[in-house]
This record gives sequence, C-alpha cells and structure tokens, in this order.
Amino acid sequence: MSTRPVHLAPEDHGTAREHGSRRRYRIGVALAILLTVIPFWLVMSGALPNAAVTAAIIFALALVQIVVHVVSFLHLDTQSEGGWTLLAFLFTAVIVVLTIGGSVWVMYHLNTNMMPMPDSAPSTMR
Amino acid sequence: MTETTLKTIFGRLGWESFPIHEPILFGTFVVVALLGLAIVGAVTWFRLWGYLWKEWFTSVDHKKIGIMYVILGIIMLLRGFADALMMRAQQAIAFGANEGYLPAHHYDQIFTAHGTIMIFFVAIPLVVGLINFVMPLQIGARDVAFPFLNNLSFWLTAAGAVLTMTSLFIGEFARTGWLSYAPLAGLAYSPDTGVDYYLWSLQIAGVGTTLSAINMVATIIKMRAPGMTMMKLPVFCWTALCSNVLAIAIFPALTVAFFLLMLDRYVGTNFFTNELGGAPMMYWNMVWIWGHPEVYVLVLPAFGIYSEITSTFAGKRLFGYTSMVYATVVITILSYLVWLHHFFTMGAGPAVNSFFGIATMVISIPTGAKVFNWLFTMYRGDIRFELPMMWVVAFMLTFVVGGMTGVLLAIPPADFVLHNSLFLVAHFHNTIIGGVVFGLFAAMVYWFPKAFGFKLDPFWGKVAFWGWVVGYWVAWTPIYVVGLMGTTRRVHHFDDPSIQPYFVVAAIGALIILVGILGFVMSIVMGFVKREELRDTTGDPWDGRTLEWSTSSPPPAYNFAFLPVVHDLDAWYDMKARGYQRPAGEFRPIHMPRNTGTGVILAGLSLALGFGMVWYMWWLAALSFIGLLAVAVGHTFNFKRDTFIPAAEVAATENARQPLAVGA
Repeated sequence: MSTRPVHLAPEDHGTAREHGSRRRYRIGVALAILLTVIPFWLVMSGALPNAAVTAAIIFALALVQIVVHVVSFLHLDTQSEGGWTLLAFLFTAVIVVLTIGGSVWVMYHLNTNMMPMPDSAPSTMR
Repeated sequence: MTETTLKTIFGRLGWESFPIHEPILFGTFVVVALLGLAIVGAVTWFRLWGYLWKEWFTSVDHKKIGIMYVILGIIMLLRGFADALMMRAQQAIAFGANEGYLPAHHYDQIFTAHGTIMIFFVAIPLVVGLINFVMPLQIGARDVAFPFLNNLSFWLTAAGAVLTMTSLFIGEFARTGWLSYAPLAGLAYSPDTGVDYYLWSLQIAGVGTTLSAINMVATIIKMRAPGMTMMKLPVFCWTALCSNVLAIAIFPALTVAFFLLMLDRYVGTNFFTNELGGAPMMYWNMVWIWGHPEVYVLVLPAFGIYSEITSTFAGKRLFGYTSMVYATVVITILSYLVWLHHFFTMGAGPAVNSFFGIATMVISIPTGAKVFNWLFTMYRGDIRFELPMMWVVAFMLTFVVGGMTGVLLAIPPADFVLHNSLFLVAHFHNTIIGGVVFGLFAAMVYWFPKAFGFKLDPFWGKVAFWGWVVGYWVAWTPIYVVGLMGTTRRVHHFDDPSIQPYFVVAAIGALIILVGILGFVMSIVMGFVKREELRDTTGDPWDGRTLEWSTSSPPPAYNFAFLPVVHDLDAWYDMKARGYQRPAGEFRPIHMPRNTGTGVILAGLSLALGFGMVWYMWWLAALSFIGLLAVAVGHTFNFKRDTFIPAAEVAATENARQPLAVGA
C-alpha cells in the first residue's frame, strides 16, 4: 500500500506467460471436467462392484483435481514470487495433511480404546 | 414495562448480573472506576484527547502501534498478576478447617482468567508489539506491508481485552480453565455468561492476531531492504517470520473449535456435547492443534531476542547463524507434530502415544542447538553485563530446567502420573516465564531507548531483574515439589496440612515477583524522570549490529531517509566498520500511509457485537454486525490512503537529528 520495495524482480510483474496462456486454461478446463465426470459416472453407473474402491478412486481423483486447479487456474509454478508461492502451498499442504491425518488417527485410536458402553449402562457399572 | 420488553432490550442482563454483593469484586470495581475516572479526567484536563486520537489511536505507524501493543500487554500483565497473587494467597491459607477467603465459584473464575489473560492478552500483545516495532526497522523498511490492517489488528486485540475485563464487573468469567474444555464448557454444565465472554473475547482478539500474522509475513518476505537476502535477515526477523507463519497455520484451528463450541451453545448443535454422537475429545484435539504450536509462536521471537542481545553484548557475530535459522525452521515444523502430548491420558493406544512422545523429545534437539549457539557466542566474547544481557543469562539458567522437565513429561508413562498435577503447572510456568517473559523484559530494556530516546533507569531495572528471577525460583520450586508428590492443579482447598509450608513459600515467591513488576514500572517512571541523564543522542546506545540502530532514537516517522543497502548479515556493524556517513542532502519526498480511524470504529463495533451476543441482546448484535459490514465495505471506497512527506520536511527532520556515532 505504502512503501513499495523498489527492487521488485521482473517476474513479480505479470507477463503474459505469468498470467497463463489460453492453452493452459483450455487444458485446465478439459482436465477439470474429465476429473468431475469420471466420479459421477462411477457412482451413477455403479461400474465397480466394490463401494470402497469407488470411494478411494473418487478421493484420489479429487486430489488430482486440486493440483489441476492450482496449476492451471491459480498459476502455481516454481518461478512466481521467487518460489514463495510454491513454498507457501507446500507448507499449507503439509499442515493440512498433518491436521486432518493426525486428528483422524488420534480419534480412531480413542474410538477403538473406548470402554464398552452397553445400553443398560447403570446395571453394568459396579 | 413488561417482562418481554425488558428481555428484548436487555437480554439476560439484569440487576443480579452486577456483583454488588461480592465485597472483593465490588472493591475492585470501585478502585478501577476511580482510577479510570482519574485517567479520563487527567486526559481531558490536559486536553490530550485530540492528540491521542490523531497521533496514536488512528496511527498506522508500525512503531506507535507496536508501543500501544506493549502498553496493552503491560496493563493486562498487572491484571493477570493480581489474579496470580489472589490464587497464591488462597492456596497458602486454605488448609483443613480454613476455607480460605475465596469461594470456589470465584476461585475458578480467577484461575481461568489468569491463564486466558496471560497468554492471549499479555504474551501475545507483547510479542506482536515488539515484532511490530523492531522488525520493519531491522529489515530497513518504512512501515509494514498493510499499515491499516496493522492498526485494525491492534484494536481488535484491545477489544477482546476490554470484553474480558468487562466480565469482571458485569456478569462473570468462565470457570472452565484457560482452554475451556468441552463438555464442561457446553451449555449443560456452564449455562451462564462466563464461557460466552471467553469465546467472544478470544474470537475477536484471534481475528486481530491472525491478520497481524499475515501482515508480518508479507512484510518480511516483500519489504526487505535492497541486498538483504533471506540469509542476511537478522535472527529476530527469522524467528518473527517462523512464529507468524505458525500463527497463520494454527489460529484457524482455534477459531473453528471455538466456532463449533459457539454453535453448541447458541443453536443447540452437538459437536462437543456428551449426547447425540458429540465428541468432546475432538475439542481437546483441535484446541491443542492450536495450543502447542502457540507456545512456539511466543517463544521463537524470544529466542530471536536472546540471539540479538547475546551477539550485541558479547561484541561478536552470532555463533552459527545458519544453524540458528535451520533450528528455528525445524522447530516450526516439529511444533506441529506434538499436540497430543497434552492429552496422553485420554486413552489413545501405544502407537499414538509413543509417536507424539518421541516427537516431543526430538524438539529439544534444535532447542538445545540454540542454547549451545548462545553459549559459543558468549565464549571468548567481550561480554558487557548490562541489563539485557543479565536477562539472557537468567533465561538460559532457568529455561534449561523447564526444557528438561518438559522432556520428562514427554514420556507417556511419566505423564500418566504427572498429568494435571502441579508439576505440569510448574513446568509450563518455568518455560513461559523463563523463556518468554524474561525475553520480553530483555527486549523492552534493550529496545526502550530506540523507542523513546532514553534508557530505562538501571537501578530499578536491576530491582525488576532480581525480583523476577529470585521470585520465580522461590515461587515455583515448591510447586514442582508438591506436584511431584501428586498435588493436582486448580484446587481451591487442601486437606493435607503437611504441604501447607510449600504453598506459603510459593506465596512469598509471588510477592518477590511483585517487587520485580513494581521495579519494572519504577524503572520506566525513574527513567522518564532522569531522561536527560539517560538520553541516547547517538541512536546506537548499545553499540548494536542491526539496522534499527542506524537511525535516530526515536526514529522519524519514515524510519530511514534513504533505504539502506545491505551487504552483510550484521548490516549496521558492517556500515560502521566501513565508516558510513549519514547522507546530508538531496532528500526526496517520502511516500507514507495516511492515518485512519476505521480500525477503532471496526473494533468498537466488534466489541458491541460480542457484548450483545454474550447477553443475548440480539438487536445490539444485529445492528453492530450490519455496522461492521457497512464500515468495512465503506472503507474500501476511502481512496485517500497515502500522503507524501515533503522533501523540505525530511531535510528539517534529518538535520535536527544528532550526528550519528560512527565507529571506525
């Protein structure tokens, strides 16, 4: 807002390449549609007999979808902002994985170690 | 008026909400009200409102905002410490037939308020304030990346503090411990206003802290002086960067946990209740995902402070700068992998407990590396034992003990015995007082002449030092001992008279710390009285090594007439060694942000929103929420955000400055 640094690196000011070529957007849209259609088709047609496998595939495709969006639409690459954008993205990814993965792991453990709670709780408490 | 009308206007606020029947609270209220009236009267009498509003409250100058943060932190320290004294007094006398002077209902509020205030409204404002003041000067910038946001962050934090203080006199504060664990904090067990005060205060202040963290990270990454690569960044700025990156990552977890608890309390969801599949343990899990890294958010900048001071007062370049940076980064990542050690006893299996136990122990490795780096910096240095350096030595001696008891607690079987004991309480006070508080005092003594142009009074500064250090050990050693013997925390009355002597000693220790706190206040007062004697005319009173010492004390609004060009890690030391001459002419107009009152207004509306929600005054909450949106959107149409300081004014300011001392 105020005192801008005077030594902005050239790549900081968006060039045409920086803000994504039309080709990059087209590829992004095509991939995004494809990655959305496949899960829908898997569910609607019931092509795979095993629901767990279907869920796993959908989950994997969703992760790919995130990468497609970030690369083609948010222009994540190794150059922008001198690499800080990529670093921030990777850090966020690590933190999110740790938070969600860790919480699931912890809560799963708690659940399996829980004392059995039969419906007639008072009578079993001695 | 009918009952319904009253209820619509005042929600659940009634005459019984004012604690006039409790003599302690009523006495406090009278004293606070008289003091407040005296201050308001004095400001009015000396016609200072206009000055305060124009020069301070609406200021977007990072130095003034930093100073306001520190003042907020010191005021809240007095409140938090008053709570500590009351607890120590209660525990020293409440044995056997003696019930003490505090009812349990009041005692529970006091320990909750003590913890909440000390972390959220003392430690965080002091750390954020010091980063705010020092970091832009150290990187050779003229302000932070988003100056208005900085002002808003401060006022949101202040609004949270005001809402917490309001609970002292209107209604009551939470009785649930400083993290308000579910299900105790749910509506079923805490139906009154306490937990709501807690939640709204911390949510409002939390927005401020998060915004401030984003601001600081953007500033460090984008606004360093020409030539200052990341590996020439002063260590304090590195630790500030890591601390704020952590804050950005963790505060959302706390906000979400609090938000879900709010939904439980206001709209009847069951996220953290005992019924309908609620998972109270999930609340602990989310709160500690914030809570453990938060410790490092506070202590990392303190580590940076120790590094700067050790290097300055040993007259040497910091030993192992690179390893210091990597240790900081490693601690940043590892601090995110240990949260479960706060609830080993919750019932996770051996795989989970051993993973988090080992991860906790591993953190002591980079921390130990830092301690050795400071020792090696001092080794064969020309050490000047001035006040900041004394704090550093006291820190090393005290903090290492806290670190070792931490590793002890990281062993799950040991934790099963010590969980919820006073040993744990002594451990975290050992690390937070010995690590964070000593660092903050060191920093305030060290950078005070930069901020105000004169040093603090050294005699009273030493009183503060010895009061804190001796008081700390006298107060907490007996608590370690009774904790190891199995005394639990948050207890309002004891049956076993054999442990009473320990609590009496602890209370004496707290009184010695009181001497330390009063000594610090006196060192400011006497420093002001003797300011001509203690004046810093050079801008470099300690023979410093980093860029903040290259400008005058106090620095001009624009910090540097010309942005410095950095060639070395210790940039100012390097400039001095090469016979740097202050530019005397050819000044150019300087582009600066313009002050705005929007931050104060937005924070005031947030305060009204919080108060309305706490008391179920829905009209007030709705109006202030609409007001918040309107003012926030309206501010985006304020295009008069910047101003130029004319070259003539810059020249006048620069020529009024004393010539800088330039070492050979």
